[in-house]
Amino acid sequence: MIKKLLAATCLGAVAMATPATAQDLTVGFMATLTGPAAGLGVHMRDGFLLGVEHAGGNLGGLETEVIVVDDELKPDLAVERANELIERDEIDIFAGVVFSNVMMAVFRPVTEAEIFLVSGNAGPSPIAGRRCSPYFFSISWQNDQNHEVMGAWAEAQGYERVFLMAPNYQAGRDSLTGFQRHFTGEVVDEVYTQLGQLDFSAELARIAAARPDAVFTFMPGGMGVSLVRQFDQAGLKDSVVFLSAFTVDGTTLPATQAAALGLYSASQWTMDLDNAANTRFVEDFVATYDYLPSLYASQGYDAAMLIDSAIRAVGGDLSDKDALRAAFQAADFDSVRGDFAFNTNGFPIQDFYVTQAVQRDDGAIVMQSIDVAFEDFGDAYAADCRL
Amino acid sequence: MEILLLVQTLNGLQLGILLFLIAAGLTLVFGIMDFINLAHGVQYMIGAYLAATVTLATGSFFLGLLIALPLAFVIGIGFERLVLRHLYDRDHLDQVLATFGIILFLNELVKIIWGPTPIAYPGPALLSGTIPVMDGFGYPVYRLAIIGAGIGVAILLWFLVSRTRAGMLVRAGASNARMVSALGVDIQRLFMLVFGFGAMLAGFAGMMAGPILSVEPGMGDNVLILAFVVIVIGGIGSIRGALVGALVVGLVDTLGRSFLSDILKLFVSPSAANDVGPALASMLIYILMAAILFFRPAGLLPVKSGR
Repeated sequence: MIKKLLAATCLGAVAMATPATAQDLTVGFMATLTGPAAGLGVHMRDGFLLGVEHAGGNLGGLETEVIVVDDELKPDLAVERANELIERDEIDIFAGVVFSNVMMAVFRPVTEAEIFLVSGNAGPSPIAGRRCSPYFFSISWQNDQNHEVMGAWAEAQGYERVFLMAPNYQAGRDSLTGFQRHFTGEVVDEVYTQLGQLDFSAELARIAAARPDAVFTFMPGGMGVSLVRQFDQAGLKDSVVFLSAFTVDGTTLPATQAAALGLYSASQWTMDLDNAANTRFVEDFVATYDYLPSLYASQGYDAAMLIDSAIRAVGGDLSDKDALRAAFQAADFDSVRGDFAFNTNGFPIQDFYVTQAVQRDDGAIVMQSIDVAFEDFGDAYAADCRL
Repeated sequence: MEILLLVQTLNGLQLGILLFLIAAGLTLVFGIMDFINLAHGVQYMIGAYLAATVTLATGSFFLGLLIALPLAFVIGIGFERLVLRHLYDRDHLDQVLATFGIILFLNELVKIIWGPTPIAYPGPALLSGTIPVMDGFGYPVYRLAIIGAGIGVAILLWFLVSRTRAGMLVRAGASNARMVSALGVDIQRLFMLVFGFGAMLAGFAGMMAGPILSVEPGMGDNVLILAFVVIVIGGIGSIRGALVGALVVGLVDTLGRSFLSDILKLFVSPSAANDVGPALASMLIYILMAAILFFRPAGLLPVKSGR
């Protein structure tokens, strides 16, 4: 199961022939690569490996080996794999992790081994608050933030009656709580569906009967694909505004296609953000992998770039953890999302955009930023973190 | 309110019909061959992927059905010959293990061929309209077509089973396979055809469901559990039982999801109702199954067995 990937194979071969003058760098990269939810992890991994390639196969000037492991979305297995990476492979840095339950499982073993953990996606609230660690940095967001963005935007747009729907599990309930943090209008109904449910006909009929101004939902993966298509098929798109988080994005658009046109989401990155780093990233990503990068790919890429910048700043010296931490904290690299800074708890303070699925001139359906919902937005839990 | 109830009833019927298509094959295989086939759910997934591939390549949903249906039949027969045939004489645990292995294998194979992200294909343009039922909300014609197709299949099955010679053998096999074999019928071949036919029905359900759901690896695993609930409620081996069971499960599940939280709100606080309602709604069919098993251990419409 463990795939050893020499990042940028040819460069690796060349580097191996020359005696290593500098110290080597081993990065353990964990993602969910099998199972129904594997799409996100594949995007994130591809983004990360592109980042390593852009750094010439040498993150921070050190000859880099990336060990990609699959957590299979099983927290117990993830702990096992993380321990293998720490003890057997003696990794210097741990990166990746798509799902929050996996993150909660590996967070303690990794940070207690005093290995820097760079989250490429998951940002559960406990590690943003009371259980924060000086060895943790997130390149993505705290879980609540994208939902908060949608809530704040619904408030700003003057939507008075909103229908909320999420799967019946922790992240689903957190999502709807996050939405209501900045939304003061009427919540017509709060519906919790079964996790993994694919037919939303019953819920859509309830939405139609409730006649809200807007519906907000959090339906990751295949659930979102089904919901978006059925929402479109029922003709609800014309009368109800569709707000979402992690539902309409680069991983689901290929499946929903035109059914998603006009629907809203929130994120810190879109393909059309106009900066040099992003242009290069998008162009090279498409050229390398032959599909359009998603949010998760951008996070994987930024994770590699962050590690590169931090190690470069300390001149490749991995032994001085405090210096390395300061270098991470500085976030001194050109992020594809534009400027951001790290909060005291290691999560980004960054701009969040309201995004909409639109058709580009070349026919591709992509997420485009249409409005800035928050500027320099930090998460609600940083105050609880005593670092 | 009346309209909402009507729409939800239609939704429940449509879910029930899909379940019936899956459960019909499962109950035949389980009832006639006494074989537990966990891999029945992957036939549903394979049907959807085959239809997706052909539909996307040709642009025609009906052509997709036409090509994918026989393919599903052939794949079903292939599995019977390659794997399942060798397990008929083994106990149920071996069968469960082997067919569970098939699930794992095929889920990964699908991911290798079609990728891990969900794919989608359009239904026929002919059925893409909606029937307006509420302001700004239409009931998709395609969903009505699913109900229609399912009823058509039910009638076809009834005709095949009760009016044809093959059906007679299937019924005889269900009540006493050994006796049928002793009378000179090639029971192996009969089993194989029944298995292929069941696989095709499950594949058909997947093909019909594809345009409204997301086609993704592992999509058959959830419906498999529901299909087992259906055949246990209906009575193992009984196609009529599968129909009744499927409609009951479809209606109870859909109406429970729609109205249970609201009904609870009449008795407890809204937040408590929101906590309990969804959990209770998802348990409803299992509670129903337990109740039916308590009062009628052989299911609603059991097959009279000579074993």
